[in-house]
Amino acid sequence: MVGTGQGAFQLAASLRDEGFIGAITLIGEEPGLPYQRPPLSKAYLDEGRDDRLLLRPESFYARQDIALIPGERVVEIDRGAQRVVTRSGTRHTYDHLVLATGARNARPPIAGAEAPGVLGLRSLADARALRAAMATAQSALVIGGGFIGLEFAAVARAAGRVVTVLEAGPRLMARAVSAAVSARFLDLHLGMGTQIVLGAPVAAILTDGTGRAAGARLLDGTEHRADLVLLATGVRPNTELAEAAGLSVANGILTDVHLLTSDPAISALGDCAAVPQGDAAVPLRLESVQAATDQARAIARRLTGNPAPYTAVPWFWSDQGTAKLQIAGLTAGATETERIYPEPDRTVVFCYRMGHLAGVETINAPGDHMAARTLLALQPGITRAELAERGHDIRAMAKAAKEARS
Amino acid sequence: MPRVIFVTPDGTRTEVEGVAGDSVMATAIAHDIVGIVAECGGSMMCATCHCYVEDAWSARIGQRSDGEEEMLESAACEVRDTSRLSCQITLSSDLDGLVVHLPDAQT
Repeated sequence: MVGTGQGAFQLAASLRDEGFIGAITLIGEEPGLPYQRPPLSKAYLDEGRDDRLLLRPESFYARQDIALIPGERVVEIDRGAQRVVTRSGTRHTYDHLVLATGARNARPPIAGAEAPGVLGLRSLADARALRAAMATAQSALVIGGGFIGLEFAAVARAAGRVVTVLEAGPRLMARAVSAAVSARFLDLHLGMGTQIVLGAPVAAILTDGTGRAAGARLLDGTEHRADLVLLATGVRPNTELAEAAGLSVANGILTDVHLLTSDPAISALGDCAAVPQGDAAVPLRLESVQAATDQARAIARRLTGNPAPYTAVPWFWSDQGTAKLQIAGLTAGATETERIYPEPDRTVVFCYRMGHLAGVETINAPGDHMAARTLLALQPGITRAELAERGHDIRAMAKAAKEARS
Repeated sequence: MPRVIFVTPDGTRTEVEGVAGDSVMATAIAHDIVGIVAECGGSMMCATCHCYVEDAWSARIGQRSDGEEEMLESAACEVRDTSRLSCQITLSSDLDGLVVHLPDAQT
């Protein structure tokens, strides 16, 4: 595997679970043992406990005979010879290669974005730097109202910082959630005392006398000053290695339904991979733990003689303040949405594409979320009319679908 | 240091030293206990850290939370009265010697 993130870890673990007895090697640029990224923008900022992030302790890799080569970058794939070359010049041959190269923070065209003190949040090193900066900052400015920016904003605000979020678009998390969910989270963050500025594209980073980042200027000239500046404007897939090797790439390393790239000896998974999903028109790159781990399990089964097309229902979550957002299915391609409040504190949004259920967004409704996952897996293609007929009781419907199955 | 004893379905017992304030899930992962998957890392998103708390400890552990109850509905194995998500049980000196049984499967 090229990469030592959660997807590569899961593939190694699943290969052993499936009885694979060959050599397994993980080579990745980051130092240390594979760790979880989701807590970096949540609990880690609060607790600073590195040990809680590890996916498994060191003994796991020894016990499972998994060779881990951290702090090393693969710089070339020689497809003809079936080997990779690392920065230090080491060569590793493979029968099968899996690209799990992940993504990196996007650098939008903002003047001064390279100034010292402009922080990002992707890796453990980023999170450590952000946590250290938070310790002395009174105020924080977040550029980007997506998941990472808002999760950070919630933690920083709860820790008593003055927090401002600048979002270029007209609503929060617009790329990933419905307008109804955006509105609920806008209320939540405003209620926490965070200043949210929508329709606020940033033109330039402001600096202090020493050249360090100290705020941002919007396109309309408005200035926002703060002790800490976090740039959280999405990620770009790490596809350069695949491109240089001549693999097909289009917003991610293209794979077929078996997670195979255009070279039958190379698979790709996780944030770097663009994978066919259900009836989506183009292969999708889903940035989530679920995509990375389910794709890893599918590849492990294929490599141990049990191939099956990848059909896992996508799911995702984000914790912000008191709200847990959960998404099941492919809500981003929805053409219509319908909001239901089963109870005052709960929000359930049904997302349809051409009259069929594409996904469900929930806030503080884990039972409905799990039911949606079950239903989308066991009974795909449910219509909007059918849901209305059943009173939108997806928990009862999921239960019935499970019983029909067993 | 509260001790936790993990019992596999075949009866194998493994005793480990936990840290007060850590969850039973985190303790299992830190000690490389096979049978706790914990895919979401304790975010109550996946129900892959399901365990059965031994009867004698069940009362002392306290109640399941609302969200936990709902997530348990999706556990891979049978849910019993003693079922918990181990990420939602926090170790303390009161729980020294806690015995939890691992289910047959988590996924």
